[in-house]
Amino acid sequence: MAKVLIIAEHDGSALNTSTAKCVSCAAAIDGAEIDIVVLAASAADVAAQAAEISSVNRVLTIERPENEHAVTAVLAPQVAAIAGDYSYIFGPSTTFGRDLMPHVAALLGVNQVSDIMSVEGSHSFKRPVYAGNAIVTVEAHADSLLVATVRVASWPAAAGGNSATIEAGDASVEVPSHTRYVGLESAASDRPDLQTAAKVVAGGRALGSEEQFGLIYSLADALGAAVGASRAAVDAGYCPNELQVGQTGKIIAPELYIAIGISGAIQHLTGIKDAGTIVAINKDEEAPIFEVSDIGLVGDLFSIVPELTTALG
Amino acid sequence: MEKIVVGLKRVVDYNVRVQVKSDGSGVETDGVKMSINPFDEIALEEALRIKESGAASEVIAVSIGTSDAQQQLRTGLAMGADRAILVLVDGDIDPLSVAHVFKALAEKENAGLVMLGKQAIDGDNSQIAQMLAAIWGRPQATFASNVTIDGDTARVVREVDAGLETIEVDLPAVMSVDLRLNEPRYVKLPDIMKAKKKPLDEIPLADLGIAGGPPIKELAYAPPESRQRGVMVDDVAGLVAALKDKGIV
Ligand SMILES: Cc1cc2nc3c(=O)[nH]c(=O)nc-3n(C[C@H](O)[C@H](O)[C@H](O)COP(=O)(O)OP(=O)(O)OC[C@H]3O[C@@H](n4cnc5c(N)ncnc54)[C@H](O)[C@@H]3O)c2cc1C
Repeated sequence: MAKVLIIAEHDGSALNTSTAKCVSCAAAIDGAEIDIVVLAASAADVAAQAAEISSVNRVLTIERPENEHAVTAVLAPQVAAIAGDYSYIFGPSTTFGRDLMPHVAALLGVNQVSDIMSVEGSHSFKRPVYAGNAIVTVEAHADSLLVATVRVASWPAAAGGNSATIEAGDASVEVPSHTRYVGLESAASDRPDLQTAAKVVAGGRALGSEEQFGLIYSLADALGAAVGASRAAVDAGYCPNELQVGQTGKIIAPELYIAIGISGAIQHLTGIKDAGTIVAINKDEEAPIFEVSDIGLVGDLFSIVPELTTALG
Repeated sequence: MEKIVVGLKRVVDYNVRVQVKSDGSGVETDGVKMSINPFDEIALEEALRIKESGAASEVIAVSIGTSDAQQQLRTGLAMGADRAILVLVDGDIDPLSVAHVFKALAEKENAGLVMLGKQAIDGDNSQIAQMLAAIWGRPQATFASNVTIDGDTARVVREVDAGLETIEVDLPAVMSVDLRLNEPRYVKLPDIMKAKKKPLDEIPLADLGIAGGPPIKELAYAPPESRQRGVMVDDVAGLVAALKDKGIV
């Protein structure tokens, strides 16, 4: 039996889909028995959502006021305190998991496997390196605890319909106060979430200004799509940082990705390799984005995008 | 704060189109341009700005690798680091051991800050800063896009999936930096000449007496599945028809 602990990602009320994706990865390990731990100030709502995920055996809740925000220095010692019962500890490759999991691994004295794309054996996995230009098969020591992050774009969210047991976990360790949460600035929007959306419309440097980037939002709204961007568009201030797609932004796998005025640098392509259909609109027929796109249209985005928005609206 | 320790990893330059070796043992590095990991360059730039603002007195550039990494440390010295330390390793070293090296040096130098890149563009692991914070027992501020030092604390804006998160940490602390933190300065020729006279100490890894964790073995490298070039359409009507054909709209 392979006991797996998954660290739930949530915002205090809603469970992030990354958790159900971690469950799919864990379920690919032979004989996996999967627990989810919810660390929160009050965990009931999130725990109830976690208990619905199929293949989950048990949901543990660890409630204390310090857990109100996800501060790694606070959460990691609690995870380490309950790690002893498990042979695998998984978290998502989101910024939450990437911040937390290596810290947990080091507290437990082990290395970490980052970004699991596929499970090849009980301790061997595939993961991307060099901005996804190479895939390496790695093997961790079979006798030691395995801490890993799961590349969320590689896994579907596990289905719902379960009703796993919910229990209070015991992790009464001291936590430090040297790291304090101050606040979160988020461009709240009613649009679909970039990381989980089925359709994404993304704009690049060619949009030229924050105002003209509005063309991307209009097309996205006509399609019911999320909005993404290249690094150049974010750096230029056309849109907020959380929209960046790529090696150092979000790695996504929507069914449809429309890249508008984006050249297709390798660091950007890393973020969209797993997309279903890639559409590219670019005035330069030599742009590298066309080498990976399923449908390409050469032309000026400033005339094409409004026309497309009308046609689809 | 007295000292800032900055990590500079030697990696394949970000402009290189990486090729997997035909025997699957790794990626081609023969005759390939090597550079400082771009995130580490940003970490160094930030450390230099903190020093220039008067909040620190010395910036120490550290690399862990073979003697080839002298080249990247010399570039770091030319950018403005005061001195450099090369921890000599033959072959591979696991991330937890790397974190232990930084811990040993941070303690030896009594560092107020250790600044690293948020990931290295070769392994793309994004682990060292977090591991260091754990074993050193100090705060971590990862993915930093804005840093303000205020006496014994630092306020850091972090790029997270939901937007921009602000945290406050007590010093000493570990930071890992993101691309939008700053734009690194260009190195000028006179600085390169001056850098040749700055101290660069070499320490064999064994002298630090550290023990990492069980390594994660790399069995085989393969190129990724490649996407095929699809069809080109002539106009918006063609595009809409192609999308309808695929049943997407
Ligand atoms: C370490 C590192 C990490 C990075 N991480 C990322 C990342 O995560 N994500 C990312 O995106 N980038 C990343 N980059 C940056 C990347 O290398 C590129 O610089 C960036 O993706 C370019 O953005 P762009 O395509 O919008 O701009 P450009 O490359 O300038 O392309 C603009 C495109 O718009 C087209 N165009 C111009 N005008 C029009 C018009 N009127 N109509 C139609 N088309 C037009 C042009 O033909 C061109 O192809 C990273 C770089 C480094 C060094």
